[in-house]
Amino acid sequence: MNTRGLRSQLKDSIPVAGLCPQGQYGVQDTLRSGFTSAKNELLPSHPLELSEKNFQLNQDKMNFSTLRNIQGLHAPLKLQMEYRAARQIQRLPFLPSSNLALDTLRGSDESIGFEDILNDPAQSEMMGEPHMMVEYKLGLL
Amino acid sequence: MAMLTVSRPPLGGFSFENCKRNAVLEGEVNKVGCSLPAARKTGTTICGVVFKDGVVLGADTRATEGMVVADKNCSKIHYISPNIYCCGAGTAADTEMTTQIISSNLELHGLSTGRLPRVATANRMLKQMLFRYQGYIGAALVLGGVDCNGPHLYSIYPHGSTDKLPYVTMGSGSLAAMAVFEDRYKPDMEEEAAKRLVRDAIAAGIFNDLGSGSNIDLCVITKGKVDYIRPHDEANKKGIRTGDYKYKGGTTGVLTKVVTPLDLELVDESVQTMDTS
Repeated sequence: MNTRGLRSQLKDSIPVAGLCPQGQYGVQDTLRSGFTSAKNELLPSHPLELSEKNFQLNQDKMNFSTLRNIQGLHAPLKLQMEYRAARQIQRLPFLPSSNLALDTLRGSDESIGFEDILNDPAQSEMMGEPHMMVEYKLGLL
Repeated sequence: MAMLTVSRPPLGGFSFENCKRNAVLEGEVNKVGCSLPAARKTGTTICGVVFKDGVVLGADTRATEGMVVADKNCSKIHYISPNIYCCGAGTAADTEMTTQIISSNLELHGLSTGRLPRVATANRMLKQMLFRYQGYIGAALVLGGVDCNGPHLYSIYPHGSTDKLPYVTMGSGSLAAMAVFEDRYKPDMEEEAAKRLVRDAIAAGIFNDLGSGSNIDLCVITKGKVDYIRPHDEANKKGIRTGDYKYKGGTTGVLTKVVTPLDLELVDESVQTMDTS
């Protein structure tokens, strides 16, 4: 387990909550996301939350650095190129995707974990708002 | 469908949304005086022993929920693969789900390699998953099986450490069972002696620990054969009632009898056919 403390986990990783509150006109949407507090935004609500959010990223980093040490720079470089290619042919952000190419590259099509059983995104009852999500993806938001 | 503005597609797996709310609730509930519901645990005695040709796993069958027995005959020896079985102590749901996930993963792995899975593979998968969740998954396991390298027995703790030993015990009754093992274990025992030893160890846990009780289940794994004996021994039998509170017909004498007919008028009669096709 990373004993280095929270700060090093916060750097370079997916933030727990965005700095700009969601909702219209930048005002916190109390109905959907509950009451605001600065503590909520900064600290995670569970010790595992940060490490779980970044688990896939950290695994990939570890695998790539091991590959680089064993086989040289070309191996992770080629793999990362394939990842990039697989990530580009995706559907629009609010549509569900099976991620088949990414799964095959990572090898997670041959294993079952909690992400396949609990909270399956394919069965989520919420849908992202199409316009907002596409604008966020294109960086217009 | 409800719309939600999110900047990122939703991920599967554990969701930590309610953690803050639960922490607040816990604080509030203590002020009022009641308590939050407790998870069902298997306060347990599980153990395993390696003998000459294989492995014997044993477990009691009581599941507790706080101070109440939730299940008098629950099955704590879980199937992992045809040659590997796993006993689970700790939170009942955690052991159940963890062993099922590892069983599925081993099956996929076996289809990919084309070989019978090894106990060391199951051990490695379990310890990596439990370490990833830093002990929040409360599953203490005794993993045993026979593969191409012979019989193996591992004990796996909730934080992810494992031990490979000839005899192991886990659970709240583990000290009682370990006392029996330390006294009578000999390497290379015969099958009957090993079964008797495990049965006595689990019985020690059942009689000396409040969290363990009811029957003793055994699982004998040898090369090519698995004997799942459930129950092997009913250590705690519920007694038979000696008395009966039902009275025979005619016990009470009848003193008087008054019959009053009710006059009802037939108002309307209709027939509704059922569609029984």
